Amino acid sequence: MSLLEVTDIHGGYGAADILKGVSMKVADGGLAVIIGPNGAGKSTAMKAIAGLVKIRQGSVTFQGQDVTGMRADKLTAMGLSFVPQDQNVFPTLTVLENLEMGAFLVSGNLGPRLDHVYGIFPLLEEKSQMLAGNLSGGERQMVAMGRALMLEPKLLMLDEPTAGLSPKITGVIFDKIKEISASGAAVLMVEQNARHALALADWAYVLVMGKNRFEDSGQNVLANDEVATMFLGG
Amino acid sequence: MIVLQSLIYGIVLGSIITLGAIGVSLIFGILKFAHFAHGDFMTAGAYFAFFFVSVLGWPVWAAFPPAAIGLVLMALLVNKVVYEPLARTRPVILLVAAIGVALIVRNLVLMAWGPDNVVYASGIELPYRFAGLRIKETHLYIVGWALAMVVGLHLFLQYTKMGKAMRAMSDDPDLAKISGINTEAVVRWTWAIAATFACAGGVFLGMDTRLQPDLGWNVLLPVFAATILGGIGRPYGAIVGGMVVGIALEMSTLVIVPSYKPAVAFVLMVAMLIWRPQGLIPARTAA
Repeated sequence: MSLLEVTDIHGGYGAADILKGVSMKVADGGLAVIIGPNGAGKSTAMKAIAGLVKIRQGSVTFQGQDVTGMRADKLTAMGLSFVPQDQNVFPTLTVLENLEMGAFLVSGNLGPRLDHVYGIFPLLEEKSQMLAGNLSGGERQMVAMGRALMLEPKLLMLDEPTAGLSPKITGVIFDKIKEISASGAAVLMVEQNARHALALADWAYVLVMGKNRFEDSGQNVLANDEVATMFLGG
Repeated sequence: MIVLQSLIYGIVLGSIITLGAIGVSLIFGILKFAHFAHGDFMTAGAYFAFFFVSVLGWPVWAAFPPAAIGLVLMALLVNKVVYEPLARTRPVILLVAAIGVALIVRNLVLMAWGPDNVVYASGIELPYRFAGLRIKETHLYIVGWALAMVVGLHLFLQYTKMGKAMRAMSDDPDLAKISGINTEAVVRWTWAIAATFACAGGVFLGMDTRLQPDLGWNVLLPVFAATILGGIGRPYGAIVGGMVVGIALEMSTLVIVPSYKPAVAFVLMVAMLIWRPQGLIPARTAA
């Protein structure tokens, strides 16, 4: 049984559906990547799974339980953490407060969880008293991922974690994703840096116009000529 | 000397305006709409306290806690029945709904207590004289309690989990949800705090002058001017805004006819909206 199973979901923000039949699976501890052109519905699919966009048709199951249309905070409580692409930190809160908010559902001592997150992102401990809004893009991404990890999620969903970052910082973020994946959490991410992401992925989905177009292992998608010319810049 | 005396009155009025403006700012930060019924919430709070004073013969300080509880319950009810069902529409619809709530509350007060002025305590309160300045004991209470409540709010926002969650939700409601923050609980806390502060503001207004059904409506404009001066949605700014507006209103009587006092608040508000819509104090982050 897959950790996450999305079956033929349709939905969007207003009257017109952006998602017109998206399906995907993420195995326990697996790493899946969604790629596709702009406007394919990649971010919308992530938001729909996370409970932020209405699903009109189709179903989402998480850990074998039907969670279609469940409130975002309830999904988070079940172990599904989502890091949106923009506005993924609380800018007027300090780094430490951002991390504390990630663990809002936890009562009691946050020490071990903070140590775990600081272990992955030592920089956050150094800057714990700084306001998140004053950090650089790469640092904010680390705060956002750290916040999502505070609940020790079973599935971490990342929407374009390296968008707008320099190649050097992009490399750092990918290393961190590899580290998080190795620690046992499943990862589902949307990524523009497709080559980088596909090299990490055990499974990849190509979305076009709100629908599944193609899926295969990360290696095979990388080697696929049609996908390469369409999305990987030749 | 008369300048200093006006300053004292300004600080008293500023304390009361601050208590209202903090609520308006908190509600705007969390629910993203301008709560135009806030002045009338202050009136309702003042009259709830008057009920315990007039019917049960309690002193005002003892009447405040049950009055505040009453106003919190009223705010939660209004939120549930009026604002929550409209929350997914546009802010302008909520604003118009709030004006409707304001009229309903004011007229319910009018029905229950009538149009005549009433007072918590009759008789003349002799002021303390201090180096030629007159300070009433009531004024010391008002400023002292307002200060204590503001400090309490600061400690709550900075150091408690719910306070931090309120700041987080004010930053970004969607991100708050996916962080697992129970945003409905945050909304309830916001109303509870805003109503408690409004009740205190209303009771203090009543202590300083008289109670009448227009009590809170008359300070709504200064309260909004203070909220905007402080940068709407930022409760700390509301404190500065409240003091600036209160002092400006009282000081203005030195140079213009007192009946133009409300116009001063209006001029301040319009001037701010034109030149510094982001508030007097620069935001803490560039974002």
